[in-house]
Amino acid sequence: MRRLPANFLLGAVLVSIVVGIAALSLIWTPHDPQTMSISTKFAPPSATHWLGTDQLGRDVVAQLMAAARNSMTVALVAVLLGGSIGVALGLLASALGGWVEDGVMRLADLGFAFPALLFAIMLAAVFGPSLTNAVLAISFINIPIFARVTRASANQIWTRDYVAAARAAGRGRFAISRDHILPNIAAAIIVQATIEFAVAILAEAALSYLGLGAQPPASSWGRMLSEAQTLMYLAPQLAIYPGLCIVTAVLGFGLLGDGLRDITDPRLVRAR
Amino acid sequence: MIELESLSAHFGNAAALRDANLQIRRGDRLGIVGESGSGKTMLALCLMGMAPDSAHLTGRLSIDGRDMATATERDWRQMRSRRVAMVFQEPMAALNPLRRVGDTVMEPMLLHENLSRAEARARALSLFEEVGILNPEQRLRQFPHEMSGGQRQRVLIALALACNPALLIADEPTTALDANVALRITDLLQRLARERDMALVFISHDLAAVARATQEIVVMYGGDMVERGPTAEVLATPQHPYTKGLLGARPDPAEAGRDANGKRRRLPTIPGSVPPLHGLPQGCRFAGRCPVELAHCADQRPVFTPTEPGRGAACHLLSETGHD
Repeated sequence: MRRLPANFLLGAVLVSIVVGIAALSLIWTPHDPQTMSISTKFAPPSATHWLGTDQLGRDVVAQLMAAARNSMTVALVAVLLGGSIGVALGLLASALGGWVEDGVMRLADLGFAFPALLFAIMLAAVFGPSLTNAVLAISFINIPIFARVTRASANQIWTRDYVAAARAAGRGRFAISRDHILPNIAAAIIVQATIEFAVAILAEAALSYLGLGAQPPASSWGRMLSEAQTLMYLAPQLAIYPGLCIVTAVLGFGLLGDGLRDITDPRLVRAR
Repeated sequence: MIELESLSAHFGNAAALRDANLQIRRGDRLGIVGESGSGKTMLALCLMGMAPDSAHLTGRLSIDGRDMATATERDWRQMRSRRVAMVFQEPMAALNPLRRVGDTVMEPMLLHENLSRAEARARALSLFEEVGILNPEQRLRQFPHEMSGGQRQRVLIALALACNPALLIADEPTTALDANVALRITDLLQRLARERDMALVFISHDLAAVARATQEIVVMYGGDMVERGPTAEVLATPQHPYTKGLLGARPDPAEAGRDANGKRRRLPTIPGSVPPLHGLPQGCRFAGRCPVELAHCADQRPVFTPTEPGRGAACHLLSETGHD
């Protein structure tokens, strides 16, 4: 067994921690993340409140855990939704070629030309700020990214002899896309999905920070950050904790994605 | 059964295939030889309806009396596997690395004949036996990387036979295999064609393999069919200078080694190399490399001149001097 690259291992550890905490929050948090207790506000870390409490006396650990769960859910839904549509469009473009391919790819260019956050802000302005709209906005910006990666990888597979053999057996373009192309480009798509997961976490935090994502009382790292901002001199730790969480999650998924690419891309293996 | 009438394939101004005429009937075993770029593979792809989109086809191509030159992809899909099937050159590349070979072979049966999985599996099993795969039960479940080149080529032949085609096209089926395995695959294809009363188009630049597997032969150069006839006769008494050159370039074990002066003999070759498609002479494609070139060869296209029933060549020497 070849040694796994360091970025993959570190990424896997960080992701396990974040995902593990998010999963744990489904069944257990040290306190209810929403319960306020004004008498114990700004409590320092103690045996009951491991990281202390915030300006409303809510337990910080419980909030961070609930926020991790929300963040993971948003990223998962956004990547799955945007990814599926993007992959389907990419496969379609690659299978049909011609003006369909040109059309899809020019639309993808258009999607790239539009700043993602600006689009999300526009969506929030039109439909009102909510977590659902944030998910939709992040999904939407994933579509062109996945469409491009899929088309580029699929075009390579279409030139393979086994695709010609499948055509010679009388299979149609869509059946070939599903049974022969998709499995052979899955690695590239999984790598992209892992990296986009990190981007989605960051985007959710940014939108919630701007007040366009998770609405109170839902917990979110981004919103915790924006609330702590006004209390920076009084209680800087309240901004540092969610900040560290965002860094850990984004770094973890980013490293994991890079590591997966190093493992699955044969060209890089030979270079090493 | 299958007829080509002056079928040509153009890429822009360059002709990859020029006025191909061919009739293939049930049970025919036809060899097509020529060097790389002679149009062999283009011809095979045309027979499968798989010529690249950028190729412009003219002429007539009919299968079972149906004109297929203008057929859509949908029409062709009905023909493929059931009427015409193909074995590809590279057994290493022609199998999906992520699918069990059994599933690959069953694919066309499930698609075209509405067999149940169990029926398809049974047929795949008997096909594996027919093409000489040992332990077929176990092999059905394996992935391509678990098999040798020869085994994979047998799997690809089984795949091509899945829906009992009337014509099997083998595009350089032995090029990627070592000599011993190549010989056995050649014999297998020949045997299958005879036993199944199936037509075989055997494309190769291995003249020995073509001699073994086929009754008739077409020699191609630069997209033209330059000579054709019964395989044994063409190989024994070639009429076109290109065919003569090809046969002259075969290594001969009897003359190998050193000549009288102790110098290592060199293998005879045809001087020059095949020019790129757009650089081919307009007349005879072989002009410029031909050892017996006449003045008008490069400009005037030689017509196909029959010398005996079922035999002939496209060369000005034949039409000028009569049957030689």
